Amino acid sequence: MTRWVALALALLALVTVPLWIVNGYYVNIVSQILIYAVLALGLNVLVGYAGLVSLGHAGLFGVACYAAAWLVAGGWGHLPAALLALGVIIATSAVFAVLSLRATGIGFLMITLAIGQILWGLAYRWIGLTGGDNGINVPSRPAPFGLSLALSRPFYFFVLIVFLAAVAAMAVFIRSPFGASLKGTRDQPRRMTALGYNVWLIRFLAFLFSGFWSGVAGLLFCYYNQFVSPNVLALSSSAEALLMVISGGTGTLLGPIAGATLVVIMKNVASAYIERWNFLLGAIFVAIVIFMPEGLVPGSVRLWRWSWSLLRRPRAGAALRVGGGRTG
Amino acid sequence: MSALELRSLAKSFGGLRVTANVNLDVAAGERRLIIGPNGAGKTTLFNLITGELKPDGGSIRLFGQDITRVPSRQRAHLGLARTYQIITLFPGETLLRNVMLSLLGLSPLRWNCVARFNRQEALIARAREALKRVGLDALADRTLAQTSYGERRRVEIAMALAQQPRLLLLDEPFAGLSIDERKDVQKLLLAVPREVTVVMIEHDMDVALELAERITVMHFGEIIVEGTRAEVVSHARTREVYLGE
Amino acid sequence: MSLWLLLAVNSVTLGGLLFLLSAGFSLIFGLMRIPNLTHGSFFMLGAYLGASFLALGLNLWLAALASAAAMAVIGGGIERLLLRRLAGQELAQVLVTLGLSFMIADFCLMQWGGDPIPIDTPAGLRGALPILIITFPTYRLVIVIIAVVVAAALWVMLERTRLGAMIRAGVDDAPMARVTGIRVSRLFTIVFCLGAALAGFAGVIGGPILSVYPGLDADMLPLALIVVILGGTGSLLGALLGSFIIGFLYNFGQALFPELAYIILFLPMLLILLVRPQGLFGRHAP
Repeated sequence: MTRWVALALALLALVTVPLWIVNGYYVNIVSQILIYAVLALGLNVLVGYAGLVSLGHAGLFGVACYAAAWLVAGGWGHLPAALLALGVIIATSAVFAVLSLRATGIGFLMITLAIGQILWGLAYRWIGLTGGDNGINVPSRPAPFGLSLALSRPFYFFVLIVFLAAVAAMAVFIRSPFGASLKGTRDQPRRMTALGYNVWLIRFLAFLFSGFWSGVAGLLFCYYNQFVSPNVLALSSSAEALLMVISGGTGTLLGPIAGATLVVIMKNVASAYIERWNFLLGAIFVAIVIFMPEGLVPGSVRLWRWSWSLLRRPRAGAALRVGGGRTG
Repeated sequence: MSALELRSLAKSFGGLRVTANVNLDVAAGERRLIIGPNGAGKTTLFNLITGELKPDGGSIRLFGQDITRVPSRQRAHLGLARTYQIITLFPGETLLRNVMLSLLGLSPLRWNCVARFNRQEALIARAREALKRVGLDALADRTLAQTSYGERRRVEIAMALAQQPRLLLLDEPFAGLSIDERKDVQKLLLAVPREVTVVMIEHDMDVALELAERITVMHFGEIIVEGTRAEVVSHARTREVYLGE
Repeated sequence: MSLWLLLAVNSVTLGGLLFLLSAGFSLIFGLMRIPNLTHGSFFMLGAYLGASFLALGLNLWLAALASAAAMAVIGGGIERLLLRRLAGQELAQVLVTLGLSFMIADFCLMQWGGDPIPIDTPAGLRGALPILIITFPTYRLVIVIIAVVVAAALWVMLERTRLGAMIRAGVDDAPMARVTGIRVSRLFTIVFCLGAALAGFAGVIGGPILSVYPGLDADMLPLALIVVILGGTGSLLGALLGSFIIGFLYNFGQALFPELAYIILFLPMLLILLVRPQGLFGRHAP
């Protein structure tokens, strides 16, 4: 019951953001959070539910971003550009998947790293296509049904709608029989095969789903930033995406969202005060991997419960101490 | 028709021959026991039958159908089920969900991305049924962490039986169980219907011998003795393999 | 000298430098089963430290050795304090090395600023030696000679000493080695220190050719990664061969197809991972 209340409150808060956040700059930050939350949710399909850690997902984010940017800058309308970009991202995800699913574990990590770097290299060096370091300017944001998204508030609602659609899609996906079988392949791939599942195909389809939503996030970023540069595809971007997933915790839907919130806020707000964003990124990464590998959300829940139990314990302990027994 | 027919099955790892020219015939409905000292190649034989390992030579027929080239994941759909020596259940899930996953493997429902897995009443009912058959229906909603080793072994068997296999491979189903737990599993296995052919690897003689109709003795990847219980127990080579060396 | 010969000379030099960088990387990957994503940072940090030592008045060789020693300590600290806590969790260890690489890169930026620091070629080695039709710059020749000497020393260590035998056993099958009584966790520390030291040393002596700049780590790590994947993890011969192949591929690729420069490097790596994951001479796939 409390879960539903919390969710309803959260939804209410999100929908009314423009009311209680007055400064357009901060509305933009929330937009960014939602965009990266979609990316993190997409990546979590692989990392959390399939058990496959990818260091190349910025590549999928970036390909969608570049595809849309290139098309729109070339005169295409927004809707056909978006549809084509999504098609491109599904095809790219398929190629990505076929190549990286030749391995699991560290092999998978390295293949996704290599492909991500190839895509980055293409963006950086194929100047004729991508403009290299100069990037591509996107002249306008889409105007669905004629409504302009040029200002931060209307754009925020647009992002919010896509974000909610993503969350809904994820929830349905993970609670479906296919989602259950995906988690099965994470835990016991050998047994799944013996039970009759096609483990490779399950992972492949999950990769497509993951890549699709990472691409959607890339599209949103393209409209948000109205500029794309090779930096979007850099290894540090893939690392940031991974950090969002593992800092929030991979087991829940809330985890990647919390992780994205954390990373975006730190990156934007902290960098105003602290110059060393990359150092902080690395340090938090290391700290989380070592001390809270299950992520901040489950880790905080654990911490919360532990501190509650500390509060309750002395009474039980006192009774036992009187009898001379051990406490705790 | 024989349930399982192996002809000249062979497998080597580098220079080591783990399965050497194995010929085996298990009749439909039979209860076959495979025994042999550690390293005899019993589990490897199971892995070859399920398709986890590809043989270097020879053939495997399941109820007359040649499955030597059939991929492992399809053999479950042909009526083959197995349990493992080391318990490989799905951690963090309830017993019910474990069995549901087992049932899902053979169902086209497994490709469905929109239905709610937890609301599949038909599947849930069958899973509860399967757990009831092994006496665990009361614990259906417990997670694995809250069950004992013996109970987990029974879940393994429940998962295998839930798929209504035609051939059931049991890899050391009694390993690590207490005396009472062994009795429970033994009762369970004796109650398996005749439609299911059972081939079992076991070390614990007392319990296994009761279930076995025919026994195959393996050593160094080869079959050295085969026959009825009485024949094998009295055979000189059996005693040599188990006591002599 | 024609362009091709010049490129060839530079390729051989780069190959030598790459070997010094990749030999440690290969041993770490082979023994600890993790790609050490901090390795490029070790190269860069070593180079920066070397530049500082030079500024203090040490000559290049002493600076290189001092830097190697410092990197060995840093590497050892990282392995014992951070990586060892994650023993057996290879994926987590890789992520830690990734995080550390960001930290070290930013630290260097903070400490030494954003401008490239040139390192002078030592006074006596500034000329060139005519060898057959090639005029080989003396310093570059020295680098190649050092690489070969180090390769020989490493070979002797691996093949003829007890430590080397233990390392080879660990690369072959770490759990089995542990069972036979070899203190594998201590080997991990030793190999990690050795790798860091070699990387730091290479960073300094490569200074006169590459100079030191922010982003040097991101330039060198992929090369080391590719060399080791190509040559096979844990294989010294693979690292040697791979280094020279990649040295040539990199230089000629940059000259002939600047637009596809990155692809020319990563595509072979990808192909190897897909087709022959253990590389040319490796024992296991990653």
